[in-house]
Amino acid sequence: MTSQTISTTTPVDGPVGPGIPHRRARLAGRFSRRFVLTQFAGSAFALMFVIVVNFFLFRVINPHPERTLGRGKARTAEDLEEIRHRLGLDESMWVQFGKYLKQVFTGDFGVSFQYSKPVPELIGERVWPTLLLVLPATVLSIWLGSRLGSRQAWKHGGRFDRSTSVFATVMYSMPEWWLGLLLFMVFAANPVFGVFPIGGLHSPGVAPMSVEGVADTIWHLVLPTTTLTVTYLAEYSMIMRSSMLDVMGEDYLLTGRAKGLSDRQVLRRHALPNARLPLTTLIALNLAFTVGGAITIETVFSIPGLGLLTSEAMRIPDLPLLQALFLVFSAAVVVANMVANFIYALQDPRVKA
Amino acid sequence: MTTAPALPRRSSATALRWKLRREAWGRTWAKFRANRAGMVGLAVLLVFAVVAVFAPLLADSHALRVSSASGPILAPPSREYPLGTDDNGRSVLTLLIFGARVPLLVGLMATVISMVIGTIVGMASGMSDGWAGTILFRFTEWFIVIPFLPLALVLATLLGGSLLSIIVVIGITGWPATALVIRAQTFSVRERPFMERARVLGAGPWHLMSKHVFPNVLPLVFANTTLTVAGSVLAETTLSFLGFGDPTAVSWGTMLNAAFGTGAVSLGAWWALLPPGICVIAVVLAFTMAGQALEDIVNPRLEEGR
Repeated sequence: MTSQTISTTTPVDGPVGPGIPHRRARLAGRFSRRFVLTQFAGSAFALMFVIVVNFFLFRVINPHPERTLGRGKARTAEDLEEIRHRLGLDESMWVQFGKYLKQVFTGDFGVSFQYSKPVPELIGERVWPTLLLVLPATVLSIWLGSRLGSRQAWKHGGRFDRSTSVFATVMYSMPEWWLGLLLFMVFAANPVFGVFPIGGLHSPGVAPMSVEGVADTIWHLVLPTTTLTVTYLAEYSMIMRSSMLDVMGEDYLLTGRAKGLSDRQVLRRHALPNARLPLTTLIALNLAFTVGGAITIETVFSIPGLGLLTSEAMRIPDLPLLQALFLVFSAAVVVANMVANFIYALQDPRVKA
Repeated sequence: MTTAPALPRRSSATALRWKLRREAWGRTWAKFRANRAGMVGLAVLLVFAVVAVFAPLLADSHALRVSSASGPILAPPSREYPLGTDDNGRSVLTLLIFGARVPLLVGLMATVISMVIGTIVGMASGMSDGWAGTILFRFTEWFIVIPFLPLALVLATLLGGSLLSIIVVIGITGWPATALVIRAQTFSVRERPFMERARVLGAGPWHLMSKHVFPNVLPLVFANTTLTVAGSVLAETTLSFLGFGDPTAVSWGTMLNAAFGTGAVSLGAWWALLPPGICVIAVVLAFTMAGQALEDIVNPRLEEGR
């Protein structure tokens, strides 16, 4: 009970007082209408920008998609004209833009050249493996990364700090797919140590929805998730370490110690909540790079998700599919950014929410 | 820097300015020299630069051609082939030496593009109040949200896979982070007293930008450049790993692409996987260490924190 009485007084010491009673009750009414509206409007503008960029990319930078598409097959002028007409490229730019907007808002992105399937259907099928890979890796790397970073900073200059900082810097400089290839070579393809499957998401002959099927899928995801987690973890730990070092000079930690809190209590109640703030912002910014990791790692481990779909689509090039995938990735990052802003406002009461 | 005059005896304003600048650079160099990680990074970079420039002297470029490859296929390291051979029977060491050229060239050239766009946009949005600055800032913010790799892949698909287009693709996807850094620095320069004085003396916006803001953000641009090259090298390697390099040019990324695509990795041919990967890591790490050392020196905000 003593800890309760102490924690109610903490807001005086630090900007963020964790363990405040009734915190959960305050969550619902935490955001003002103004904050919510600003956030949604900002994201809507960003989405519109993405939509325009997408049109610009596919119609303006590449004014003759019919040549890309007809590579090898359509050689005569009539063939090219036929493709132009089918894609609506013989109309004015504004008409094309109007049609494109209609496509975006009705979700009608045409048919994939490669799979002869409607693009939204294809993306709907392939989105789950990507989420299964990226979500656990993101959560794990944030959790482990912030623990590692704060521990490094708390005893900075020590042996643990020095050795793990070197590790983090090296990991940060490593292409995540190269680490993937290395793990693949040692733990999947090697006849001795290769205990993990060499790729895919399911073993043949195992029903994906049965108990064995779920275990089998998890088994398939061990190596790719480890790869992504380790590479992301490096960056998050570096951010957390420097943010923690900043916080450690603050007076409210001294106050905490002066009133008799243990080292651990000062760390958990006062240092960590404040050090986490910059991490939230940077996680949001990093999401744009997280998507890249999904593309390369799915390619290395042949996981049938959106990333593998992207690297296949660009080889063809499957333009309708590529266009939709680009929109999906960008929209995901915009939405995730907005969520991060809300979380930030929850973590930091100084933000006018 | 192009207009360095022969110094006259009497200390004219120009001569004084150059003296001050030389001293400032000298101080920066002295601080950089004291930074061990930065010096290690610089040394590693020099080694790789020498290897890339003098590649034809270090190895026989004739051995790069698939048709004239004479070695056994995917042979492990031996006396004749110190790092083994690839799936075409070419020496991995020769490929490694020539493969240094593309990542370094693309990394540097793309960084120049990113820096020019980022510095201009950052300074412009930092200097102009009102809607123009706001629009530029929002534009930067939106651009930063667009995921890098999908954008680069789409651009590379649409522009084709030549060396030049890879440079352009990485260059125009890499500028927003720089723009934000430069914008923040421009804001802090803008509030300093000498700007006020120059404005009162009748300096126009162009004069303010080129004579006062630019020299003051320049050190930060350099530090940022070094860090951006690291990112650009990684980007080049990733694009060529995914099959977007110039297929005729050898680079560490295309070597890794081949090692993956032709099954060398599955067969456990570690000599096809480790050397190019370790070189990529070494170069990226070296640029990062040198860049962080520079940033520690020139970024006033970081210096306060230490």
